[in-house]
Amino acid sequence: MIPELGHFALALAVALAVTQAVVGLIGPLLRDPRALAAAPLLAVSQFAAAACAFGALVWAGVVSDFTVKNIADFSSSKVPLFYRISGVWGNHDGSILLWCLILSLCGLAVAVAGGNLPASLRARVLGVLGLVSAGFLLFTLTVSNPFTRIWPPPQNGMGINPVLQDPGLAFHPPMLYIGYVGFSVAFAFAIAALLEGRVDAAFGRWVRPWALISWCFLTGGIALGSLWSYYTLGWGGYWFWDPVENASLLPWLTGTALLHCAIVVEKREALKAWTVLFAIATFSLSLTGTFLVRSGILNSVHSFAASPNQGLFILALLGITIGGSLLLFAIRAPVLAAAGIYAPLSRESALVLNNVFLGACTAVVFTGTLYPPLLNVFTGVQISVGAPFFNETVIPLSVPIILTMGAGPLLAWKRAALAPVLRRLALAGAAALLLLIAMTANTNLITALGLAGGAWVIVSALTDLATRAGITRVSPGAAFARLLKLPRAQVGAALGHLGFGVTVLGIAGMTLASQSVVVLSPGQSVKVGGYNWQLESITAAPGPDYTQHIATLHVDGLVLHPSRRFFSAQKVITSDAAIHTNGFVNLYAVFAGEPNGHAELRLDVHPLAPEIWLGGLIMALGGFFSLSDRRLRVGAPARRRS
Amino acid sequence: MLKPKTRRLYLISALLLGFGGATAFMLVGFSSSLTYFLSPRQVVAHAPPVGETFRLGGIVETGTIQATQSGESLTTRFDVTDGQASVPVVYTGILPDLFGAGQGVVTIGAMTPGGVFHAKEVLAKHGSTYMPRDVAEALKKAGKWNPKFGPAPGPDALGSSS
Repeated sequence: MIPELGHFALALAVALAVTQAVVGLIGPLLRDPRALAAAPLLAVSQFAAAACAFGALVWAGVVSDFTVKNIADFSSSKVPLFYRISGVWGNHDGSILLWCLILSLCGLAVAVAGGNLPASLRARVLGVLGLVSAGFLLFTLTVSNPFTRIWPPPQNGMGINPVLQDPGLAFHPPMLYIGYVGFSVAFAFAIAALLEGRVDAAFGRWVRPWALISWCFLTGGIALGSLWSYYTLGWGGYWFWDPVENASLLPWLTGTALLHCAIVVEKREALKAWTVLFAIATFSLSLTGTFLVRSGILNSVHSFAASPNQGLFILALLGITIGGSLLLFAIRAPVLAAAGIYAPLSRESALVLNNVFLGACTAVVFTGTLYPPLLNVFTGVQISVGAPFFNETVIPLSVPIILTMGAGPLLAWKRAALAPVLRRLALAGAAALLLLIAMTANTNLITALGLAGGAWVIVSALTDLATRAGITRVSPGAAFARLLKLPRAQVGAALGHLGFGVTVLGIAGMTLASQSVVVLSPGQSVKVGGYNWQLESITAAPGPDYTQHIATLHVDGLVLHPSRRFFSAQKVITSDAAIHTNGFVNLYAVFAGEPNGHAELRLDVHPLAPEIWLGGLIMALGGFFSLSDRRLRVGAPARRRS
Repeated sequence: MLKPKTRRLYLISALLLGFGGATAFMLVGFSSSLTYFLSPRQVVAHAPPVGETFRLGGIVETGTIQATQSGESLTTRFDVTDGQASVPVVYTGILPDLFGAGQGVVTIGAMTPGGVFHAKEVLAKHGSTYMPRDVAEALKKAGKWNPKFGPAPGPDALGSSS
């Protein structure tokens, strides 16, 4: 009964989304006040319907209703409650429904928080969101329905994939999806502004908070996914340049560019065309990300299902969205003429460089990800583009980004003077250079350059904050008081850069990891990475829906418990890594196998590994901190328009 | 302030620098790190030059797995087959949990002068009925689909690659 209600609510959501699209897009043309007032109400009711549908599916998961095919295939009554709930979005159909729910949540947010927007703009934004929603909800209802029933129901479900039975993976998809789908609001604003024929400073001010929220979630989602693969997959790696990882990185790159050029639109009324283009590109790449994951065209660990209908449907949605918005962009190009002018050495120019190189990175990752499957589709030749390709292309392109990132925030708008900036950057430059010289002697050049780059970004971000607080002009106490009173947007931006620098440090540090694969019997010990690892014992222990073998390792006074889990329902063995961190170095142990009663262990020492995710956390928190700035508060533009 | 024309010139040169650089790096990257996927049959027919990295995929032939332990490292020898030809593989390191006789596997490495494939990496992905797509294609081409992995994937089930 409940799943039928969910199914009905889903159909209702489709109808409401179509109405929202029609009313929102046609209403402003007719200048009908009733239509303008109806659009937000439709968005609220569409969210209510989508929430009912999603709630019904979660309910079916909680009570283990195996007449629902989705639940029977991906859950079982032995699975703990927490994973019965998270399992709902751990599979293909359920995750698309979650996607739709978040999309309608975006509509709700605009309807509720957009009270200060001009009525016709708000109606158009909601209309565009409704149109996208209608496409995806229709997709869910017709070719990817999570409410499909089976009869007779099986005694028990197939169970959740053991590698997905992890708290990290319960939160990773929703966070990533909020990030992906959140950019739909920036996209809708861009399309609505093009329809209105007005892209000005107010547009920059409206679009930036929405882009910032999504960016924060996307950053968090990517970091969480990377952390999950680090401790679950047991290879000691944090990024594999897997197509699906790349699919989440692409909107992050363009989303970062969007955040930066929206500032220029807001402050200087320049780079309008870029901002609109990046808003379109970011959401298009988010959609492409979904397409890459769901269609099964790309060969990846992440593809849940492969069904040609679904692929074609999403391809059509993609074509309409991207083609339509680019066409509109081309038609409306004249309204995007820049008003503000600037010198080659200015904040604007630094942001242009940021955009150019982030765009170049996007192009490289996009090509590397899509070239192999497309080549296979058209010629049948199978090639693979792995990590070396991405390292060889992305690392050189990130050099100018890192250099600009340090200097950019210190440059004045419009026209900057070189000498004072160089003086302020002296400290960061000296720190980077010293680290470079010191590290080149001990390690390879790439690692040294990475560490120096990280130090450059961190020190220059701190310099930025210190200069703004006036540390050279007033007493330390007064400077600290001023630091606390700085606009939160500025502090947030500096934190964002600082976080990126910390991540760069972590990535560079990880190249110095020591790795070793050993076979030990209890009592034996081995030296890896300067630590003495001793295997004490192997013990068996029960778990909720698995049995496990736990190895006890002593590492210089610390105890690690890597384990192997045997999931009987799925006949799958997983290795649960044991990680000990002191914040700067990770000791990483994986219990990989038991040949002849010995323990086969992977023992790694990962210097600076925690900094990779710490940096991601700082970036996301910096973004949220910036959002709390009163001037940036969602839907509260400083200057009202008639 | 600059004239709009000069400004545009700067902008275009920045764009050329960025995207020209991207293209250059991409071409270099493609020529140095692109790897081909080959099935044992293709390797036996035309052995790639010694030392050239490629991916070899197929099924681990039953009864060919030999593990030798020297010191603390583990070296495994096995044959990868597609039912028509097989290639001996040697690998030192941890094998994935799902590695085993009769299972699909993808190995990355290069041929050695002795005609043995020296694997630097062995991939076997999660899921007991999972079959790497490359392997499934190679097996289909060789006409050796093992029904143990379910019905043979039609051209549709593997995306639009056929």
